[in-house]
Amino acid sequence: MAAPIGQPRVRLPSNVKAGDIIEIRTLISHPMETGQRRDSSGNLVPRDIIKTFIATFDGQEVFRMDLHPAISANPYIAFAFKAEKAGTFEFTWINDAGTRATAKAELRVG
Amino acid sequence: MEKGYALSRRTAVLGTAGAIVAITLAPKPVSASLQPATEAAIKKLIGERTLKEGRITLRLPPIAENGNTIPLTVAVESPMTAADYVKAVHIFADRNPTPDVASFTLTPAMGRAEVSTRIRLGQTQDVVAVAEMSDGSLFVGRQEVKVTIGGCGG
Repeated sequence: MAAPIGQPRVRLPSNVKAGDIIEIRTLISHPMETGQRRDSSGNLVPRDIIKTFIATFDGQEVFRMDLHPAISANPYIAFAFKAEKAGTFEFTWINDAGTRATAKAELRVG
Repeated sequence: MEKGYALSRRTAVLGTAGAIVAITLAPKPVSASLQPATEAAIKKLIGERTLKEGRITLRLPPIAENGNTIPLTVAVESPMTAADYVKAVHIFADRNPTPDVASFTLTPAMGRAEVSTRIRLGQTQDVVAVAEMSDGSLFVGRQEVKVTIGGCGG
């Protein structure tokens, strides 16, 4: 039984000018069960992790991360991005079972 | 008398702190041997190609009290243009139960090859980063983290 994927949180900087290199920060609630941990009765807790993160900008993939159990619970993922124009980011998190969580964020360039 | 004792103890403490800083700041040779599982994971990735040192900056705390959540930033020197960019960065933890930590796929749209996350380390060990450039060349970087309380299993 896979753990629910929590509400994603995404932060883009404000006051972005064209040509700025900005940092996109994301966070999602998830236990990231390693498959190595034992519960109180000594049974191994099955592995259950977010294994893929994909970021697109106006439909084009700009960054991807493959996660392993060595990524901390509630994965924090941040990456650089060169802001050339306004547009829409779409972020997707996928767990071992193939369940997806998505979030969108508008980049405003002034 | 009392004051003299306090001073000498402080001197001793400062001396110890200095020694610790000196040890943690000593650069680790990238070529120092890795665990067989880590060697195998890197070999699987790069095949017969060779790794060069440099270009990679791994930012990790030298000492982590809690191995469950250790901030990691990796940056690679690159113009990040369509003609010359970092395609991927792979992170390995040399003494974790399995060495794979994360693989990042980068694009020129990022403008700068820099990513951050938080990782688990089971014990004191080296974190290794391998960067694949768009021209096929490979770079390696390495950083030690001393872990007080491990972050794997429980």
